[in-house]
Amino acid sequence: MEINTLIIAIASMGGLGLLFSAGLSLAEKKFYVEEDPRIEKIINELPGANCGGCGYPGCAKFADVIVAGEAEINGCPVSDDEARKAIGEILGVDVESGEKQIARLMCQGGNYETAKKAEYAGIKSCLGASIFGGGEKMCEYSCLGFGECVEACTFDAMYMSDNGLPVIIDDNCTGCGKCAEVCPQDIIEMHPESHKLFVFCKNLDGAKTARKVCIKACIACGICVRNVEDGQMMMENNLAIVNYDTFGKEANLPTDKCPTDCLAVIGPPVVDKPAEKVEA
Amino acid sequence: MNLLLLFISAAIVNNFVLTYFLGICPFVGVSKRVSSAVSMGMAVMFVMTITAAVTWLIYHLLLVPYHIEILEYVSFILVIASLVQLVEMFIKKVSKPLYDTLGIFLPLITTNCAILGLALFSVLREYSFIESLVFGIGAGAGFTLALVIMAGIREELELSNIPKPFRGAGITMIVAGSLALAFMGFAGLISM
Repeated sequence: MEINTLIIAIASMGGLGLLFSAGLSLAEKKFYVEEDPRIEKIINELPGANCGGCGYPGCAKFADVIVAGEAEINGCPVSDDEARKAIGEILGVDVESGEKQIARLMCQGGNYETAKKAEYAGIKSCLGASIFGGGEKMCEYSCLGFGECVEACTFDAMYMSDNGLPVIIDDNCTGCGKCAEVCPQDIIEMHPESHKLFVFCKNLDGAKTARKVCIKACIACGICVRNVEDGQMMMENNLAIVNYDTFGKEANLPTDKCPTDCLAVIGPPVVDKPAEKVEA
Repeated sequence: MNLLLLFISAAIVNNFVLTYFLGICPFVGVSKRVSSAVSMGMAVMFVMTITAAVTWLIYHLLLVPYHIEILEYVSFILVIASLVQLVEMFIKKVSKPLYDTLGIFLPLITTNCAILGLALFSVLREYSFIESLVFGIGAGAGFTLALVIMAGIREELELSNIPKPFRGAGITMIVAGSLALAFMGFAGLISM
């Protein structure tokens, strides 16, 4: 190979390269997009799961919004205290830690506890079932059991038990709230870790009907309300409610007087042992 | 050679994606929504057209006269990479949400074998400048066509009850194969 060809090759490719890079740098000036350098740094501190728990489409968008001052750093429920402090440093503000939220299922009406009122042959999704007559189970407030919440969870913190109820794995739950959002029956609630006492039922029917539809329904007997101090629990619309401002934050509260076992302390008893993870 | 026939050949009869199986990565990766498929197709069409023109010029005005045809691949990739950078900058400026939607597939156009294939084909078949240009436009149009058809089908499939083992990549590949079979119906219409 002649040295001439070599020189020409190097010169022409080098020349082309220089020409194109010059063109590109000119183009970059023309197409310059102003971007705050802090946004890039904050994106690196955020978990990067793009779960939408903050209410914005993706971590990049959330970083944009934090720098613009439209959202709180605490708005990301998934990032831990370390990440929050780092973000605070980038922005030059102090951050106090918030309490972690966990999803809780307010229903114990699985296949064992309730009966079916009809065979549902429609689209096997919770939203579909709730639109068409409220699903298969006799209780119209119950969990529909098709697992849209399990599918919505991006952190592998939920699975469907054999009993037809979603089970939440507390350790994996990051409190992003996606499951609560997709539940058409609104029976998944986000509670801080400090809430320990729950009424695991949302049934608003009177005692006779509630008794018929589910063995673990709240029948509004009022025993719990009568056995605590004033204002700690209330009875509204045939459903007992815990007043978390004054009550419900200890794990050793007496729940044995509840006749249907709907009043319980963290985690309702699971009737079946969950087998392997059941895809809904 | 009739330019119109050339255009139809590149776009439909010898479709780059469904006949030559080039550029499958964005074909499967960006075809979830028709809107993003159209945008991706437009970006690729732009890159293909300019690439066809610029690579022809470089080949016939620089490489051939100085007998350095061996640098064909290097120079073509240089051109394609720079063009894709340009397109990226443009899209980022004009529509940031679109930029975010296309994501990694935008810089991946650089490695898209359909574009390099286009450049190499026009060298191989000794097209003139205008023929090369029309070939590029036709190839881009065909690519967009394939992408949009795929996106339309996939959007419909989202509402169907697909058997568990086939969900996701499985049904996508089957659909792609069926599309390729369908486009085989054009084979021999225009032979080139």
